[in-house]
Amino acid sequence: MLEPRTEPRAQLEATARRIRRDIVTSTTRAGSGHPSTSLSMVEILTVLYFGGVLRYDPSEPHHPERDRFILSKGHGAPGLYAVLAEAGYFPTEDLSTLRQLGSALEGHPNMCRLPGVEASTGSLGQGLSMGIGHALAARLDGHSYRVYVMVGDGESEQGQVWEALMYAGNRGLGNLTLILDRNGYQQTAAVAEVQPLDPLQDKIEAFGWSARTIDGHSLDEVEAAFSWAQSVQEAPQAIIANTVKGKGVSLLEATPGKWHGKPIPPDEVEKALEEIGA
Amino acid sequence: MTLGLSHIELEDGQPTRLAFGEALADAGVNEAIVVLDGDVHNSTYTGLFKERYPERFFNVGIAESNLVGIAAGLAASGKVPVVSSFSIFLLANAFDQIRMSIAFPNQNVKLVGTHAGISIGEDGPSQMGIEDVALACALPGFTVIVPADGASTRAATAAMLEREGPTFLRCGRPAVPVIYEDVTDFHVGKANQLREGSDITIIANGVMVAMALDAAAALASEGVEARVLDMHTVKPIDTEAIERAANETGGIVVAEEHIAYGGLGATVALAAAERAPTRMAFVDIGDTYATSGKPQELLRQYGLTPEAIADQARHVLKA
Repeated sequence: MLEPRTEPRAQLEATARRIRRDIVTSTTRAGSGHPSTSLSMVEILTVLYFGGVLRYDPSEPHHPERDRFILSKGHGAPGLYAVLAEAGYFPTEDLSTLRQLGSALEGHPNMCRLPGVEASTGSLGQGLSMGIGHALAARLDGHSYRVYVMVGDGESEQGQVWEALMYAGNRGLGNLTLILDRNGYQQTAAVAEVQPLDPLQDKIEAFGWSARTIDGHSLDEVEAAFSWAQSVQEAPQAIIANTVKGKGVSLLEATPGKWHGKPIPPDEVEKALEEIGA
Repeated sequence: MTLGLSHIELEDGQPTRLAFGEALADAGVNEAIVVLDGDVHNSTYTGLFKERYPERFFNVGIAESNLVGIAAGLAASGKVPVVSSFSIFLLANAFDQIRMSIAFPNQNVKLVGTHAGISIGEDGPSQMGIEDVALACALPGFTVIVPADGASTRAATAAMLEREGPTFLRCGRPAVPVIYEDVTDFHVGKANQLREGSDITIIANGVMVAMALDAAAALASEGVEARVLDMHTVKPIDTEAIERAANETGGIVVAEEHIAYGGLGATVALAAAERAPTRMAFVDIGDTYATSGKPQELLRQYGLTPEAIADQARHVLKA
């Protein structure tokens, strides 16, 4: 039986700080990548992987009973990699090879090369459909595993996301949880300027999902949201997490619209790590 | 393999989509197989599987992107998903999903496109998959199969399900002539030689195989012996059969129900150019969309006839 890793609160906070540190250092070293996209989801992934939610075993990445996490917003790869390294899927030192020729830590996640990666993503909009496939397989096989999919708010402009929302809602897939990382910004501008999503929770609920909106940087609220999601049986659950793009680094938080896909300049890294406290 | 009679009338055999549907339902005893539908299962005949195994049948609705993505997830959790819809809706509407969710991570998903080619007839060009083979062949790692008749479609379906890896199987709407009475030795990637000949080789697949046999019969009456190859697998192509054809006969005519680009003709030409350059000619739809019409009228209108194949053979031999 797989058990989740459950760290006490103080340890969880320290883990989140290390993940932030690894996101910043790995992308700056690579000279490219998406740190701000990764930083907005740190508390969510920290609770998911280390706060008693996801059941997994890094020594058996394909365990049939494992819970699945799919990062649909694949450009958040540096965040996922930092979490997977912390979880023990590969050595933390490998993070320094991000985006280099020969490294399994590619610019976007590649499930064939890196253990712990459940889906190859990077072309937006596709992860939730794949998650539905895993959830249906669990039903067919009588497995109790749960499927978690993280989608970005800009990504939600993709029509496939709504096809998947419609299908999962209509089928009452209670073993499927969507986490919507609502950091408010896409590549060139605020999501609210490009394609306003509100009333987002109403829309998702109208598609047959149970939904709630939380502060995606509050460990308390994230923990409570996952507990709530696990308690809902009859419908898929959506956790709309209001987040800050670039969270924890003032340089990025100040002008989130200007930092999509850009690493922190080397001479700003020391200050960033100081702010992160790791 | 036993050869039956070939006919240019379309109506006397079985539609390849029906043969696929029957073979799939028979294969359903394997509990790993799940079938996904874009709400066309009464057209693709995956409804036959649905009747027997409703718990493993998913009608995802008219949403090909989601359809393909769900199949990828099922495959990643150990299922063998068979996704079926009209060929062009599947390949063109969901191409990026096929690329990212299936081809790139090499997922064991089987895509079956029915209503391929212009021989679907009256429904017209919006429904006609004439670029589908090119799209499928453009995906690294994909196997692409275009069977000629009912018996070979049954064999191709079974072979596809036994093999690991992403596959595209192309089926048509109308009843097609019987080429094989039975097929016991269908091998993916290996052409079937239907007729021996040393003057010229005709390589065809799908509905064009029957026409190739008729063209060969016509040529024989003129003293020209044509070798006929059913090249049911476009990818991986049988390079050895092509090399032998190029070396042992006076040239190659390729016939397919597809545009001139990226399909069987282009794939055979690439193999021949690399291994044994020879005179070649091509019978295909060219570079155009078709119109509505009866299947037989359309095939004639767009030059997909035994006469056109024979003409190209004579042209190659004269050069």
